[in-house]
Amino acid sequence: MRDYGEGQGVRRSFLAYGFLALLHRVSRGRAALHKQTVLKVGLVIVLAFLLMTAIARAWPSVNGYSPILYRDGPRLGGPSLSHWMGTDQLQRDVFSRILGGGYASLIVAFAGVALSMVTGSLLGWISGYAGGWLDRVLSLAMDAIYAFPSLILAIVLVAMFGAGISPMIWAVGVVYIPTYFRVTRAESMQVRETTYIEAVRAIGASRTRIVLRHVAPNTINAIMAVSSFNLADAILTVAALSFLGFGLPPPAPDWGFDIQNGQKYLQSGSWWLITFPGLMIIALSLGFGLIGEGISDLVNPKRRRKHV
Amino acid sequence: MIRVAGEEGALLEVTGLTKHFPVRQKGFRRLRGLVRAVDGIDLRIQERETLGLVGESGCGKTTAGRAVLRLVEPTAGRILFRSRRMAADGVAEARAVDVLSASRREMKMLRRDMQIIFQDPYSSLNPRMTVGSIVGEPLIVHRMGRALERADRVREVLAAVGLTPEHMRRYPHEFSGGQRQRIGIARALVLEPQLIVCDEPVSALDVSIQAQVLNLLEDLQREFGLTYLFIAHNLSVVKHISNRVAVMYLGRIVELASTERLFAEPKHPYTEALVSAVPVPEPDYMVERMILQGDVPSPVTPPSGCHFHPRCRYAVEVCRSEAPVYRDVGHDHFVACHRGDELSLQPIRDGDRSGGGGTAS
Amino acid sequence: MSGLLRYAFQRLLLTIPMIFILLTVIFLIIRVMPGDPISMVYGARPVSEELKAEKRAEYGFDKPILVQYGVYISGVFRGDFGNSIRTSTPVLQELFLRFPATIELALFGLLVAAILGFTTGVLAATRADRPVDHGIRVFHIASFAIPVFWLGLMFQVIFAVKLKWLPVAGRLGGEMAFTFRPVTGLYVLDAILRLDGHALLDVLQHLALPALTLGIATTGLLGRMSRASMLETLDQDYVTTARAKGLGERVVVLRHALRNALIPIVTVFGLEFAVLMGGAVLTETVFSWPGIASYLIRSINARDYIAVQGSVVFIALFISVINLIVDLLYSLIDPRVRY
Repeated sequence: MRDYGEGQGVRRSFLAYGFLALLHRVSRGRAALHKQTVLKVGLVIVLAFLLMTAIARAWPSVNGYSPILYRDGPRLGGPSLSHWMGTDQLQRDVFSRILGGGYASLIVAFAGVALSMVTGSLLGWISGYAGGWLDRVLSLAMDAIYAFPSLILAIVLVAMFGAGISPMIWAVGVVYIPTYFRVTRAESMQVRETTYIEAVRAIGASRTRIVLRHVAPNTINAIMAVSSFNLADAILTVAALSFLGFGLPPPAPDWGFDIQNGQKYLQSGSWWLITFPGLMIIALSLGFGLIGEGISDLVNPKRRRKHV
Repeated sequence: MIRVAGEEGALLEVTGLTKHFPVRQKGFRRLRGLVRAVDGIDLRIQERETLGLVGESGCGKTTAGRAVLRLVEPTAGRILFRSRRMAADGVAEARAVDVLSASRREMKMLRRDMQIIFQDPYSSLNPRMTVGSIVGEPLIVHRMGRALERADRVREVLAAVGLTPEHMRRYPHEFSGGQRQRIGIARALVLEPQLIVCDEPVSALDVSIQAQVLNLLEDLQREFGLTYLFIAHNLSVVKHISNRVAVMYLGRIVELASTERLFAEPKHPYTEALVSAVPVPEPDYMVERMILQGDVPSPVTPPSGCHFHPRCRYAVEVCRSEAPVYRDVGHDHFVACHRGDELSLQPIRDGDRSGGGGTAS
Repeated sequence: MSGLLRYAFQRLLLTIPMIFILLTVIFLIIRVMPGDPISMVYGARPVSEELKAEKRAEYGFDKPILVQYGVYISGVFRGDFGNSIRTSTPVLQELFLRFPATIELALFGLLVAAILGFTTGVLAATRADRPVDHGIRVFHIASFAIPVFWLGLMFQVIFAVKLKWLPVAGRLGGEMAFTFRPVTGLYVLDAILRLDGHALLDVLQHLALPALTLGIATTGLLGRMSRASMLETLDQDYVTTARAKGLGERVVVLRHALRNALIPIVTVFGLEFAVLMGGAVLTETVFSWPGIASYLIRSINARDYIAVQGSVVFIALFISVINLIVDLLYSLIDPRVRY
């Protein structure tokens, strides 16, 4: 009974639903606020993060401070005019680390989600269209992985693959396969029953052609919506992996790792070390969630009216 | 007008065609029973002929049509098809191809010769494809011609069904039901088939459009020498287009005759009921409408003896215990009824209401 | 009722392939990796090859992979998860020792999530499109965008470091850790059983922040479902009838709508629990909570793969049992469900 509406999809879609409500409230009385606005807000957020990360990669000291050089300021200094977000125990500027700290999250989220999207969708299309024992075995395996807490699975996988960017990509890529499998399988089972598929069989088209030319295109909408919500979730997963120390090795700036680092100085009240990276993670995750929401509304206009 | 059913000329020869669907208890693998959707039917269709196949919904007529094309795999039976193309290519050694034992490759070749038109003009077209790519797809699948040649062929076929080349770039949702059905016909036609299974092609259309599409089908038949297996749920649609009509009830053919004979001298009580339901365009003409009692029985547990006996007004003891034999009662008129020879059933005959003369000759 | 029992049995049978698949996946990943677990556990430490070989033989890592697989599977089905490479103690024993801590955290987290989710969801639905509704929906968003570990750390900064209201981490404070004698391992229950008010207060103080962190971070799912379900119920004819009879809005909501609105929410409890377990890993890490999740992390860091494998299987079993209970609960609550 769990289709994609219940899993990652629903979980994530809240973000945006609540945010939609907020926007709606702000714009009340004016012309109706369309779902496109939600989509645009999400796109602006995500693009801003991409731009910020790109700039920080090209010019790490764009704000005047180096993210990795020691002694660029006071030790554990709070936010001030010269260091907007304070400095850490190695006297590095927190703000300059914030600017480039999303690199791993974005790379891993995009690459990992792409990996699971391709694998999961392919399996889902085949399983849903073919049916039979193959479908039963695959569904059972996918349900097993799906029911297991994705974060724990990701942690175990990264632990096996070793820390760093590509192990995280593989872990994220494996963990979310069932998400896409479930969506595409459900959709392709529906498409399989349509008369136009029967028509294509009647003209003698091969199974490969039917799946690639007819089944797959009809599941694209669902995949797009799910992948945005999925990206929002992946950002949090990557942050958690980095926080646990499976991310980039130390000198590189990384939000999740920086929060773990800040944890050590929490007792001394250095709140800025953890607060700002966390806010960045929230904003980026929210941005992807809003895009997902916007796409879902575009794809399924009925959903909008239901106010859920 | 009616060709005599000789062994030589038959384009399609179906013998004992059977399709049983297993019924499983939800969540279990245990078999609960069988839906005998098609339970051993025999059909023979001549080249350029239209055979009407009529019955209530759920009688298995649609499944029969699908099974002939192997869109559903028949449980048993034999289907012989005389493929002009395969004979010319020398692929088929015998004069007729055994459809059910055709390999995947042979089946693909056969599909050029056997096509289908669907009932629902909305769901039978992929909403994400343009009309041009829908109609052109069969050519791509069968690797026929280059892109430009294919486009020419698509234009040609669209013109034949009354659409214009400008329609090629549009999507199905931009068309009316009647136009969509024309697109479906064009798709079936583009491969130049010999046989087209028409699965209730006008049932989903407005009455005003139905006649247009029926006329189009007749024109196309004449122009391209097509053979139709025309499936419908009432006799009025098949009356004009069919040369012969087969009446199906609960997976079996109960009567088959030329259209004229079937309407003039129905020999099966079920046919009589269907015939009486055909509206006659004469206000003074009053026919005794025979409303069938009860529902169609479940094809999982069909009634004993003659499947029709619980609803038959003429049923006698033997009908309850023994299944009637499907037999020729003369003039290529086939019927499966114990009392087929003795009953005088009511035909449709203009001006004559007494209608007694339905005895077999 | 026999139908229900038969259904329960079927569901139970269905969990076996699930466990089996997870077990196989984990086993394969661990064994396919280059290097064997023994070399990994010792890492760069100067250990003689003889000792390593001895250890390998002891754990059966010298046998063909299929044999190892068979031995491991049969062990799991006999309740033998193997011995930890690091400590040589049976993994299952270690897990059972830590299990109550996780259960306690998860239950109280769920309690927080449920109370918060239900009340905010129902409140938002009854005040649909009014300021309260918008405020609550914003809260539901926040619950989803916030990383669990970050929320925990923020709570620590605010309530433990700055305000000093609550302890930073652990399950028991200072001297209590030496004097408190657990019975079941569920400390709240133990304190009550021992009639130790002092201990109960201490236990609850330590539990407060982790439970709040876990609860708040996972309340969005329940909150949104509650709101949606309640909105739908309030739209039903029988609710309109109740209103038409002249019943007060309070009675309408509490007596007529609430019960029916909450039924469908039970279905997401299985999913909620999986999310909760994922969150528990981070919560336990942040609050130094001695549960199975922190044991898993510690085993990973020590490269103790027998322990990792055991922990994963244990968590999978736990999730399966929870899902089974949720399914059965649903069939008991909803009078329409018949198996």
